[in-house]
Amino acid sequence: MKEIKIVAKDLSIYYGEKVAINNMSIDIPGYKVTALIGPSGCGKSTFLRTINRMNDLIPSFRHMGEVTVDGLNIYDKDIDVVNLRKKIGMVFQRSNPFAKSIFENVAYGPRINGLKAKGQLEEIVENSLKKAAIWDEVKDRLHDSALGLSGGQQQRLCIARTLAVNPEIILMDEPASALDPISTSKIEELIHQLKESYTIVIVTHNMQQAARVSDYTAFFYLGELIEMDKTKDIFTKPAKKQTEDYITGRFG
Amino acid sequence: MKKRRDIPGKIAIGLTGMSVVIIIAIIVVMFTVIIIGGKDKFTWEFLSTFPQDGMTKGGIFPAIYGTALLVIIMAIAAVPFGTITAIYLTEYASEKSVIAKIIRFAVRTLAVVPSIIFGLFGLGFFIKFVGTGIDTAFLGGNLHWGQPNILWASLTMSLLTLPVVIVSVEEAILTVPREYREASLALGATKWQTIKKVVIPGSLQGILTGTILAVGRGAGEVAPILFTGAAYYLATLPGSLSDQFMSLGYHIYIMSTQSSNVDQTMPIQFATTLVLLLLTFVLNLIAVVIRVRIRRKQYK
Repeated sequence: MKEIKIVAKDLSIYYGEKVAINNMSIDIPGYKVTALIGPSGCGKSTFLRTINRMNDLIPSFRHMGEVTVDGLNIYDKDIDVVNLRKKIGMVFQRSNPFAKSIFENVAYGPRINGLKAKGQLEEIVENSLKKAAIWDEVKDRLHDSALGLSGGQQQRLCIARTLAVNPEIILMDEPASALDPISTSKIEELIHQLKESYTIVIVTHNMQQAARVSDYTAFFYLGELIEMDKTKDIFTKPAKKQTEDYITGRFG
Repeated sequence: MKKRRDIPGKIAIGLTGMSVVIIIAIIVVMFTVIIIGGKDKFTWEFLSTFPQDGMTKGGIFPAIYGTALLVIIMAIAAVPFGTITAIYLTEYASEKSVIAKIIRFAVRTLAVVPSIIFGLFGLGFFIKFVGTGIDTAFLGGNLHWGQPNILWASLTMSLLTLPVVIVSVEEAILTVPREYREASLALGATKWQTIKKVVIPGSLQGILTGTILAVGRGAGEVAPILFTGAAYYLATLPGSLSDQFMSLGYHIYIMSTQSSNVDQTMPIQFATTLVLLLLTFVLNLIAVVIRVRIRRKQYK
């Protein structure tokens, strides 16, 4: 039986008066890759940013309904949002390494958690970079600026930075949309390796990418979840016509 | 078809061209006069010695020293305070916040208050209220802090330059990409950790620009220190915060209005003006260079 990690129940999200997500419910399984697909503005990124409460930064954001992670309501008053975000890492569309060295980028998370021991930091940095499949490319220049890396390397560095905090869930917001095909395939390979130990939710505009990397696919349209199923089923025999139209490129 | 003669257009071009020429001419004439008048006096000896013979001979070292000390103490007061204000305005205050609006209005107002008003405020607030208050409370009424000194003058000057610092730092903070903040928060950093480790390091150049602009402004102003600490002539350098000091701007004023022998002090006036002008010019130039670098970084 699959273990459910993230649950949204009757979730609605508003930006001011605008409805971004309309009364949606979804179950996201643990230790799998779930792809969120749908045309721009369908609410998939909004939902992704709800899971680690990044939407809190937007003053006009309001929500109704419930989102739980491991059975805990993450919008509960008792939830420490800082701890929540340590448990739920996020990789952004535009790679955003800090203007610091490669080492300091990865060490950032452990450091803000109060880790000071140099040996331990070095170990975490090395392990994280290895897990993100970038260690061999940067091991000789850990103290060079991260901004000198290529776009694809920067994105893998950002993944390493996220892994260094030891999250359980990794949210990826179109992580490869700004990358060339070779860098993209490296990221996809990496996602394959990571799903052994992490629950991954990825937003993508690229149908082939969703088909390649994910176990489950959820199709969003106009703020609603149209359907969610095993990826191979969604792409071979979708239940809804809208899904079929979208994945075959008839709209969106 | 006959070409139409665009007379208003030609007049406009003529007027704008003339304005440019006039502005450049003013600067050129100003610099030329000052350089010619002051160049013979402008020596290392002039920069490094005390005035002599009723200030008709000798150098301006105490005025340079006093000005430097003034702007350093001013910066120590204005930069942290201005930076904290800018952080509040950009990071903590919401767009609709009434307090933030009041602060912004106050900053804008502060920026246009005539400098002599700051001088009077410094006299009334720092010297008469705070200074005399300290004397009464802790020194049994002995006059010590309740009179003009370099501390009160610096603090008065820091009020004048505060808007410059706030605006520069605010601008710099806004150039720190949102993505950096999001990355930091997504890693489980608190807001304050994000400000401390990402926003402030990313704004350092702006803080530096603000500091330099403030120092440039503070070095040239006379009115705020007129009543609060600047001295006509001192035989010794200020040794503590409660001492008075000499300053370049005030020295020029004194030389040109209070001297018994204006002919003799004329070259000294020119050379002092040259020093002050070079100082503010160089400081502003550095600030401009840093600003350009920040902008480039932003659009990269």
